[in-house]
Amino acid sequence: MNEILFDNVSKFYGEVLGVNKIQLSIPPGVTSLVGPNGSGKTTLMNLIAGLLRPTQGRVVVCGLQPSDPEKFFRTVGYATQYDGFPRGLTGLQFVECYLRLFGFSPADTTHMAWEAIDRVGLRDAAPRKIAGYSKGMRQRIKLAQAIAHRPTVLVLDEPLNGLDPLARAETIALFRELGKEGSHVLISSHILHEVDLISDQVVMMSQGYVVAEGQIRGVRDEILDQPMQILIRCDKPGYLAARLFQQEEVVEARIHADGGGLLVRTRRAESFYKLVNHIALNGVQIESIAPADDDAQSVYEYLIGSGESTK
Amino acid sequence: MTLWRRQILAIMRIDLAKTFLSRRGLWIYFLALAPVVPMMGHWMFGNKGDHQLGEDVQIFAGIFQFYYLRIAIFFGCVGIFMNLFRGEMLDKSLHYYLLAPVRREVLLAGKFLSGLTAAIVIFCSSVVIQWISLFAHFPPELMRSFIFAGPGMSQLLSYIAAAALACIGYGSVFLWAGVRYRNPLIPAAIILVWEGINGILPALLKKLSIIYWLKSLCPVSLPSPGGNGILNLLVVDIDPAPAAIATINLLLLAAFVLTWAAMRTRKIEISYGAE
Repeated sequence: MNEILFDNVSKFYGEVLGVNKIQLSIPPGVTSLVGPNGSGKTTLMNLIAGLLRPTQGRVVVCGLQPSDPEKFFRTVGYATQYDGFPRGLTGLQFVECYLRLFGFSPADTTHMAWEAIDRVGLRDAAPRKIAGYSKGMRQRIKLAQAIAHRPTVLVLDEPLNGLDPLARAETIALFRELGKEGSHVLISSHILHEVDLISDQVVMMSQGYVVAEGQIRGVRDEILDQPMQILIRCDKPGYLAARLFQQEEVVEARIHADGGGLLVRTRRAESFYKLVNHIALNGVQIESIAPADDDAQSVYEYLIGSGESTK
Repeated sequence: MTLWRRQILAIMRIDLAKTFLSRRGLWIYFLALAPVVPMMGHWMFGNKGDHQLGEDVQIFAGIFQFYYLRIAIFFGCVGIFMNLFRGEMLDKSLHYYLLAPVRREVLLAGKFLSGLTAAIVIFCSSVVIQWISLFAHFPPELMRSFIFAGPGMSQLLSYIAAAALACIGYGSVFLWAGVRYRNPLIPAAIILVWEGINGILPALLKKLSIIYWLKSLCPVSLPSPGGNGILNLLVVDIDPAPAAIATINLLLLAAFVLTWAAMRTRKIEISYGAE
């Protein structure tokens, strides 16, 4: 009941594939949707929010479907990537006017609108016309509109686009806060190092298909055809490399660019860690051992390829 | 107040401001008020000694039937009602409504009522202004007896009612076209031709139009130009319907078209890239 569920969902635009045979269950927390242009991220988000209807299958959000809008849209908030706004409105009027459709009293509407505007840090600009807003301000007012009715499922299509570094950091903090409150926060992003910062889990898409889903480390563990890359910080990287080369677990070992460590690629991480412990007992001072390729960027490159644009 | 009523009021509040105050809609005011200029000219610069009340009643009826119903209200409703959905698609702002807890039927009703309110205010008030402009120069005693003892008041009310029903009829059709078609101007052109040739259509087909019923509501028949010309067919209604029947049929037609449009709104998907 508390999940976003895709049950064999396909969407075709005429003969053009949007997404195909999506079988997915997204738990609460912050989930990032990653994939190149045209991979189906926005289609997937529009399907969740009922802006598109699946050609096949069904989408259920916390037990609700868009065909029952009076309940569904009290639970779901969606900030789309579309940069359109009703003409002539100020930021405050924009948030207020759509809140009125929820049936809140005028006093509650104004209070909730200001609360959302404060959360995105736009209080000073709220009485001004949206037509005069920068791209970043438009992004934030859309976010305020999406969260104003306090949804428990928040869908955000490229929400960090156009934000300056400070606003980015504040917005990421807001996403994490919402995730901790037990909400679903589903974000599409093409900035992969931010995906690591933001997400509890990722959904990776390519050409209309989901190619991987789950926690990034879990996804990395399942990529068996790419040896695990491990960075060992130590005092004698050359000696350690010579020792490790003799072991069958090690596929590759090279000195790190700064000379203070060793990058090792291995197909059997567990036995490799035991081996390193054994070597450490024989005179090598090891400062740290950490996986070097279990971030979103590496996983993305392994699964989808670095040549494709991630937007 | 029930939720759907509050939602309709909220939709009207958003859309009425857009319809009344939009710069894009200025031409609709021009269409509605255009007849006032010649009527005031007739009042201010015409030779008042030559003016006959009966003649001016015919002039008003001619302008109302040929310009006001067929052009001003027709195109005014194209501008107002087609933009209710299609304009928001072009502005990429329709999705805000579709992401609110509003049933699509309620959204359609709210948008239709806001369009209708704007159209009725603009076009019915223009009827009153035109009527005053044309008749104000007659002596007060003559006007008093024309309005209160003669047919003046009932004629004015009939014109207002016909204008309002024209807004309902054309409004429903163009709202449907805006929901149904990506380029609603093509169906609008087809409807314009259909309404234009209504006078030469067989009796049964005539009734599948809006102008036929509206002509039946006009209180003053236009004199036949004589001969067998096509103008004769446009002016003379061989088989006019009683006003009550015309009103009911227009309302039924609007209800049917709006129901169809409401069913269609359930299928609306947002793909602005394809617009």
